Amino acid sequence: MKDGFVGQAAAPGVSPLAAAPPAQAALDLSGAKSRNVSERLIGAFLFACGSLSILTTVGIVFVLIFETIEFFRLVSPIDFYTGTEWTALFDREYGVLPLVSGTLLIAVISMAVALPLGLMSAIYLSEYAPDRARAVLKPTLEILAGVPTIVYGFFALTFITPNLLQPILPQTEVFNALSAGIAVGIMILPMVASLSEDAMGAVPRALREGAYALGATKLEVSTRIVVPAALSGIFASFVLAISRAVGETMIVVVAAGARPNLVPNPFGQIQAMTSYIVAVISGDTSVGGRVYLSLFAVGATLFVMTLALNIVSQRMVARFREVYQ
Amino acid sequence: MSAAAQSRDVLVAPDTSSRLRRREVQGRVLRGLFAGATSFAVIVLAVLLLSIVLDGYDWLSWRLITEMPSRRPEEAGLLSALMGTLWVISLTAIVALPVGIGAAIYLEEYAPRNWWTRILQTNISNLAGVPSVVYGLLGLGVFVNLFGLGRSVISGALTMALLILPVIIIASQEAIRAVPLSLRQGAFALGATRWQVARHHVLPAALPGILTGTILALSRAIGETAPLLVVGAAGYIAFNPNSLTDQFTVLPIQIFNWTGRPQDDFKHLAAAGIIVLLVVLLGMNAVAIFLRQRFSKRW
Repeated sequence: MKDGFVGQAAAPGVSPLAAAPPAQAALDLSGAKSRNVSERLIGAFLFACGSLSILTTVGIVFVLIFETIEFFRLVSPIDFYTGTEWTALFDREYGVLPLVSGTLLIAVISMAVALPLGLMSAIYLSEYAPDRARAVLKPTLEILAGVPTIVYGFFALTFITPNLLQPILPQTEVFNALSAGIAVGIMILPMVASLSEDAMGAVPRALREGAYALGATKLEVSTRIVVPAALSGIFASFVLAISRAVGETMIVVVAAGARPNLVPNPFGQIQAMTSYIVAVISGDTSVGGRVYLSLFAVGATLFVMTLALNIVSQRMVARFREVYQ
Repeated sequence: MSAAAQSRDVLVAPDTSSRLRRREVQGRVLRGLFAGATSFAVIVLAVLLLSIVLDGYDWLSWRLITEMPSRRPEEAGLLSALMGTLWVISLTAIVALPVGIGAAIYLEEYAPRNWWTRILQTNISNLAGVPSVVYGLLGLGVFVNLFGLGRSVISGALTMALLILPVIIIASQEAIRAVPLSLRQGAFALGATRWQVARHHVLPAALPGILTGTILALSRAIGETAPLLVVGAAGYIAFNPNSLTDQFTVLPIQIFNWTGRPQDDFKHLAAAGIIVLLVVLLGMNAVAIFLRQRFSKRW
């Protein structure tokens, strides 16, 4: 509490009045000393709680780096990042590109579902929807966002593939990238919709009113004023959605099969990075072997990809906050 | 452009009525499209629930929650998975709740505005975006192998706690931030210490929001499959966990296991298991919504 007044006056949510009351002879301060000690202990404990998250990050980074370095002693990183064949389950070829292309295919399919639908939903919710419609639509999106991914995987495998895809596209296999990608798209749709809606909600009313005053229709205001004004926030939601799709595991494990393929066929099996990790771990792998270590090399690649996407998304959000405050 | 320019040349008012009508029609068509896109979510949710209920309804019975898993679908149940979920989630809550709320109090009430706090805050939002399967690898590397806890309940729970910690911190921070400054100032003016202000004034006022966020985070943990698969929850466990170091399985992993079997009966069993899982999640969400409605205050 020594520098309470000056040093912390600027902190948000922290009162500048935190300095300890001045001791006065008339007050009985016999409890003050123990109070100060426990104050400091509690402060230290809370600081430790706050800093634990750093430890988590350090833990993730160290585990991934150590095991990946170990892996690169056995398999050269050049082979790993340029190899076009992945037969790790037989402990032979470790070229990660087929897994990356599987992951990217899932991301592309899911984006094709989630981007247009999410953006249109956001426009509707932000600009058009009457209160009665919002009262139904918002909770529905929340529930959709809360459905466990294993349920989406089951849905893709037992409904989307046999009831929607196979009747129209008979070449579709039981396990295929298309149904998994569609399910991932449904999973991330609520996120795209609600984050984009937030961005549109932050566009000042005056901008809309100016356009209306010039005779624009509601559609023109929505698509030519609000959407461009909220664009960085909308893009941020897209990027975050891609990151989510890249990291999605269970849907891909359940519905997309387990065949790594450099040029993946959307109607056939693929293996993504995440589903490789689960496929290996579900089998019996000895700790420390090449197959075991490959998990961490794939995990590290995945981690770097999603982290980069998340940072890009945060930058975009920060930019759109600056504009209207 | 050229039409407008021409009409200006001959000083005749342009015929705007047909263009205006076209713009209005355009507006109405796209409005319908936007509404349709939004209702897609409702339709998907309805189809998803309906297809699962149709798949699993006939297999729904009390046997499902009183029996152990079995190789014969007509005898199989979810008991060990339910107990496993109960163990893992309780432990996760015990670990993640105090740490998460403590971190939120630190960041909102204590932290000075310096580089370390900024790093903490950025780090927490980045952790929230790390794929859950990577948390699984962390748990496998640290808890299972480095600490030697093995493929046990405690390894799973600690991994889950780290996974939902950022979510709890962010939700609690928002709840604490919503408490008005005047409340703190009143307490400080009466000579309360920083902890007394946080403990007796801020925390009670923010508690409904914190609890809502926490319950939602826990219900996310209940549905998580991938990290626990990586940490080593087994697919076939026919006993209930009795201690922290026992092997375990959880609801979504049992469902995953059944989904992967080739026989049709197991697919129906998986659908019935999903119904049980969704009922559990629905119950938790209902509690969260109730807390939000009942105790939330507008300042």
